[in-house]
Amino acid sequence: MTGTLPTTVSQELGPDALLQVYRTMRTIREFEERVHEEFASGDIPGFVHLYAGEEASATGVCSHLDDRDAIASTHRGHGHCIAKGVDPKEMMAEIYGRATGSCKGKGGSMHIADLSKGMLGANGIVGGGPPLICGRALASKQLGTGGVAVAFFGDGASNQGTTLESLNLATVWNLPAIFVAENNGYAEATSSTWSVATDDIADRAAAFGMPGVIVDGFDFFAVHEAAGEAVARAREGAGPTLIEVKFTRYFGHFEGDQQLYRGDEVAQAREKLDCLKRFRARVTESGELTADQLDAVDREVATLIDSSVDEAKAAPRPAASELLTDVYVTY
Amino acid sequence: MTDERIQRVTMPKWGLSMKTGKVIEWFVAEGDTIVKGDDLADIETEKIAGTLESPQEGLLRRIVAETGVELPVGATLAVVAPSEVSDEEIESVVAEALAQLESGELGGDEEPAPRAAEIDGRSISYVTLGEAEGDPVVLVHGFGGDKNSWLFVQQPLSESHTVHALDLPGHGQSGKDVGDGSLDTLASTVLGFLDEVGAGRAHLVGHSLGGAVVAAVAARAPDRVASLTLLAPAGFGPDADAEYLRGFAGASSRRELKPLLGRLFADESQVTRQLVDDLLKYKRLDGVSEALHALLGTLLDGDRQAIDTPALLAGVSAPVIVVWGGADRILPVPEGVKLSRVHAGHMLHMEAAGDVVRHIQSAVG
Amino acid sequence: MARSISYREAINEALDQEMARDPRVVVFGEDNVGGTGSPGEMDAWGGVLGVTKGLYGKYPGRVMDTPISESAFIGAAIGAATGGLRPVAELMFIDFLGVCFDQIFNQAAKFRYMFGGKAVTPVVIRTMWGAGLRAAAQHSQSLLPVFTHIPGLKVAAPSNPYDAKGLLIAAIRDDDPVIFAEHKMLYEMTGEVPEESYVIPFGEANIVREGSDVTIVAIGRMVNTATEAAAELAAAGIEAEIIDPRTTSPLDLDTILESVENTGRLVVVDESNPRCSLASDIGASVAHEAFGSLRAPIQMVTGPHTPVPFADSLEDLFIPDAQKIIGAVKTAVDWSK
Repeated sequence: MTGTLPTTVSQELGPDALLQVYRTMRTIREFEERVHEEFASGDIPGFVHLYAGEEASATGVCSHLDDRDAIASTHRGHGHCIAKGVDPKEMMAEIYGRATGSCKGKGGSMHIADLSKGMLGANGIVGGGPPLICGRALASKQLGTGGVAVAFFGDGASNQGTTLESLNLATVWNLPAIFVAENNGYAEATSSTWSVATDDIADRAAAFGMPGVIVDGFDFFAVHEAAGEAVARAREGAGPTLIEVKFTRYFGHFEGDQQLYRGDEVAQAREKLDCLKRFRARVTESGELTADQLDAVDREVATLIDSSVDEAKAAPRPAASELLTDVYVTY
Repeated sequence: MTDERIQRVTMPKWGLSMKTGKVIEWFVAEGDTIVKGDDLADIETEKIAGTLESPQEGLLRRIVAETGVELPVGATLAVVAPSEVSDEEIESVVAEALAQLESGELGGDEEPAPRAAEIDGRSISYVTLGEAEGDPVVLVHGFGGDKNSWLFVQQPLSESHTVHALDLPGHGQSGKDVGDGSLDTLASTVLGFLDEVGAGRAHLVGHSLGGAVVAAVAARAPDRVASLTLLAPAGFGPDADAEYLRGFAGASSRRELKPLLGRLFADESQVTRQLVDDLLKYKRLDGVSEALHALLGTLLDGDRQAIDTPALLAGVSAPVIVVWGGADRILPVPEGVKLSRVHAGHMLHMEAAGDVVRHIQSAVG
Repeated sequence: MARSISYREAINEALDQEMARDPRVVVFGEDNVGGTGSPGEMDAWGGVLGVTKGLYGKYPGRVMDTPISESAFIGAAIGAATGGLRPVAELMFIDFLGVCFDQIFNQAAKFRYMFGGKAVTPVVIRTMWGAGLRAAAQHSQSLLPVFTHIPGLKVAAPSNPYDAKGLLIAAIRDDDPVIFAEHKMLYEMTGEVPEESYVIPFGEANIVREGSDVTIVAIGRMVNTATEAAAELAAAGIEAEIIDPRTTSPLDLDTILESVENTGRLVVVDESNPRCSLASDIGASVAHEAFGSLRAPIQMVTGPHTPVPFADSLEDLFIPDAQKIIGAVKTAVDWSK
């Protein structure tokens, strides 16, 4: 069954929780905007794929998760990492390829992971995450931890065999898994309206015997509500759910992408749909938070991002001996 | 009717699993007069090489087995008979021997199956040969060994005694848990074994660590012990090749193990591939490493021996015989101890089996 | 106590004993049970060739069938391994690696390195390899080189029941991802196998036979073929030393080098296709490290650069046999500079 949810219910998030999720979204936004700038100056090696504009998805889902739970991400993974609690300073250092990075500089932007926080990694392979998440869900079930496992994947990956097989397996094995299809309209340079055979990715849920919902990805509260239901279902042992989040990404597929394939949807979205603006408007209108509180968070985040970049740039590269370490536990 | 004066020298059965052997070299020739105990030939089996000693005396009339040919246990190797026996009769015996080989009736001997007993909550594997009445002989192997190390000894002794060879805890086919690995624990096992086989009294024979174990048994229960034969026993003096003992316990590959094993023998060619393989297979079993390391704690205190066997023997009135290999590099021959020497390294019951058997026989009667 | 059991039984016993010892070990794959959801019996197959039979009943909830979706369930095995389980998943035929290879070589193999040493992925993937069953091109390959090439993976390929049990127990206890390759023609082979559990360490070759005239390195079923060849060579006065690496990653090159330093001649027997094979890998390493000891060029006895044919006469030509090995040995022995 597919459907859209009302966006009126704030689901009992108190002021502290609201401030925390705002902080998370703001951190993701400022992190990505800054990486965008720094990449343009040429200091950052390799490829980066930015999540700006999509903050509500990662934050809305991860706000229901704790250390028992695992997430797998995509190449566009910075937002998921931050939402799951990975240290932004370690992330920034990793993006710069420094020894102080989350992965000692050996993974880079596409492979940032923090297993202690249940973050199975950004993944350079489209569709690489869903099977791994079936596995984490299986482990939770076998070990009785009560944990759930969430696979974030894009509209591109929604066509990948691994994703479809994982949807099937999750139902057949009745796994505590949640599949979050982040449909930002483009798989690289090709639009999802063309490459996905049906209008909605959520339609695929019924094909694999699980509930599917569509949510407005610019609305934190909509995502939060749908995710809450899916997580509760999973924890109760009622099986997997597919959530399709619809929104747009503010930057290109990768940094350096000229984006000639796009219209003017980014300008429109930043102006009228932006998740941070909407969140701010809603919580200040309802009086749950004040503008001052939100501004204070904005300043703290700016400082955090500044120091992350400064520290990353000052950090050493990994020692030459690191080339040969960490291939095996023992060999 | 074959003349009774004609005797055959046959392929011996060394060890329970031996099926065939090859004569590598003859030391005697047709026409030689041989005496009991003379070295007749070097024989090689899959597991080990050894020297065949003459079981009888007489005139060697014919060598039947060529060198390098694989023959089953029991095959005729040579014919011994007085000069009065005619050549024709010798020939017919040889012909019979060859026919017997062709027929394939040899080598089908069923080896006695090992048995298992529950002692002190552990499974203990043992093999019994011989059916004589009277006090049985119990053979107790050393550190890292097993009941098969008595392969040259158990059979000959069983002609006059019931002979049991057991696997200590942590070894062979016995359970691998050794508890605290102390001498007491091992001695308990041996005492429990005597109860299990209904032996009120027994002649105990121990090699290396096994020697200290049987001494401990005698100290604890003197009335259960008819005699003690200690072969290169642990606990006489402080000296030991601690590096060997630790190395053996810790080795996990052929490369680590093979060079160490050479130290066990006077003749390093005794270290066959089969020996190394069998030891590697043993050491890989779950629990063996833990067992050997626990036992090291009993054997050694730093680089010195921790056991005091003379102290154990102080109160023992049963006859005690000590035999040592003159070339022992693991536990060197101690000073000031009444003992008999044989030409061998630490594994004297394999390298000088004939002499060792004779010494044991003098103890057990 | 050792008794004679088959390669298949040895593998089953390893799984059984490890599942008894460690509750985190789970087993799954296509028809590993057989019968799930069907009206008839459960454990109907116990694996396509019966290797996992009996485990379903003994370990309820820990032995599972899967849909035919390798990328999902092999990926799930890998993900589960990062989450506290020790899965033994079955990739039924090594030929199927194509449909799940990403999960194996891009995910499992690389987690530890990419994540800066923090990931531990103790997954075992059991798979059948090798020709001889008349199973034709897509069910008969020897794709060990493909896995061996990937840093982060370990590869074991036992040639006999004793090695099969010890290496599988080692694989299950190993904290790295292991490809455990079972030669499909060896399932009926019997041999002495201890009842107790034991571990054969990875990276330790087995010297199957000693000899000083030529070193033959062989893997999997080819070990038996080499042994056959060695018996015939011995009658001709040529004593071959046969080395079975047991694991191709890590590879015990030292044992091979020590042997070649003694014999001066190397023949590598490898059932796979020749390009980028184990034969060329081992041959090149030995040529590099022991060039001075070689008295003749290294001989490589492999399958041809073709898929495996179906017709029995053709498949028999594909697979290296004792005569081909003998020919290669004689070429090396007769070589004069």
